[in-house]
This record gives sequence, structure tokens and C-alpha cells, in this order.
Amino acid sequence: MDKIPILRMGRFLLVTIQVDLYDRLALTLEADLIQAVQKHNARGVLIDISAVSIVDSFMGRIIGNIASMSKILDAETVVVGMQPAVAITLIELGLPLKGVHTALDMEKGMDLLRSMMDTTDNDEDEDAIADDFITE
Amino acid sequence: MILSLSKDTVTVAQEQDVVFLKNRVKEVAVRIKMGLVNQTRLITAASELVRNMMRYANGGKCLIEVVSSGRNNGVRLTFSDSGPGIPDITAAMRDGFSTGKSLGLGLPGTKRLVNEFDIKSKVGEGTIVTIIKWANG
Repeated sequence: MDKIPILRMGRFLLVTIQVDLYDRLALTLEADLIQAVQKHNARGVLIDISAVSIVDSFMGRIIGNIASMSKILDAETVVVGMQPAVAITLIELGLPLKGVHTALDMEKGMDLLRSMMDTTDNDEDEDAIADDFITE
Repeated sequence: MILSLSKDTVTVAQEQDVVFLKNRVKEVAVRIKMGLVNQTRLITAASELVRNMMRYANGGKCLIEVVSSGRNNGVRLTFSDSGPGIPDITAAMRDGFSTGKSLGLGLPGTKRLVNEFDIKSKVGEGTIVTIIKWANG
């Protein structure tokens, strides 16, 4: 059976989808990816769909699911490299992919993930200071 | 008047056939020089309809035709199955309506992606969906 490889890079997981997804492959990816987030304690997931020429409502829902599931496991998802024709069909279909971060390419996606990590880390620092203040 | 220039039938019974069907539709769209965005709309529409056929009727047939009307060339796809049929087509064409566990975007979304959309269904007999996408429509 086909499988889409999931690569780990520091606290991030990288997925490059090189084939046109069919339903079972997409479902397998969803399950594998969510397990990998937990196993590697990942903070971010980067999905490259630049080689995907068709995203229909089912695939769109899987992408949305991956983002929401990662979110409740404390990881952010960024989808990169969407083809313009795919963006057009997704919106016309009525699937705006709410809650999914996007970036034009891998590099910008990586920057976006890093910047999100920075702000969350800062938030945590501020919280820590606030906590100290309260205990004092 | 719409003339049919070529015909080809693909039977869809399992998941591999879906990939094959999408490839055939793409070939035909490329042959009539359909633009990339319209190709993507057409294949996405085909993908939605073939999924419905697999999920609700365990498969069916798709007739792929090159059609012409005046100066316009296009692709007409006719999906026919002998599944349970759709009791309330008006409801099925509404955004967000689904009897399965989906988003309910399949039929109304497909209609937005193509130029012509027709659906006929009889409960207990099956469903026929016909769509046309013009090369520059």
C-alpha cells in the first residue's frame, strides 16, 4: 500500500505530497501524521501540496481535520505551495479551509511556523512572569 | 444544439477506477485545449460525483464525451448508477445538506464548478448526473 513519508526536522514535521491523493491514502496520512505529532512532540506541521493538482471537498476536509487535530495536540499546521487553480476551485466549491495557515512556499511556511513558535514562547514567558507576580 | 463528437465509457467499481477516470477526463480536456483552471474545475467536479457514486451506489458508469455547440467545444460527463436514488433532490442541492457524514458540498459545489448541471434520480432505481464544462466557459 502507498504511504506518504513524514519527515521530522527539529520540532517540526514535514510532509510533501507528491502524488494525487485518493481517499484511502488521505485517511492514512491523517492518522499517521496525528500519531507522529504526539510521538515526536512536534510543535508544527508543514504540508507541501505543490504537486497536488486536485483538492476536492473530501481532501479539503482531511486537510482541515489535520489542522484541527494538530491544534488540540498543541501543534500548528501550515499548508504551502497550493496551485492557483486549486485555490480557485476550493473557494468555488465552498471550502475556505478556515483555521488552516497557508504560505506560498516551503521557506515562507517555515518562517511562519518559527514566528508562531516565537510568539507562543514569549506568551509563555509573560505568563510565567505574571504567575511569579501573583505568588509574590 | 449540442453535438457529441466522441464517446468513451468508464466503469467505476473500485478506488483504482477513480484515478483512471480522472486521468481519462484530464486527457480529453487537454485534447480540446481547455485551460488549466477549467481543467481543474472539471476534474474536481468529476471527483465529487464519482465519490458520491462510490459511496451511495457502490459504483456505476461514467460516459465521457467531447461536445460542441457552435464554436464552443467542451466535455460532457454523464454519471449513472443504479443505487438507492435521492428522495429529495432540492435538499441534496443545498449547501451543507448530507445524509452521509460529509460536509454536504459535493452536489452544490459541483454545480458551481461547471457550466451545465443536470440531475435526475428515482428512488430505488438510481441517479444520473450530467455536467458540461466548456473549454473557455
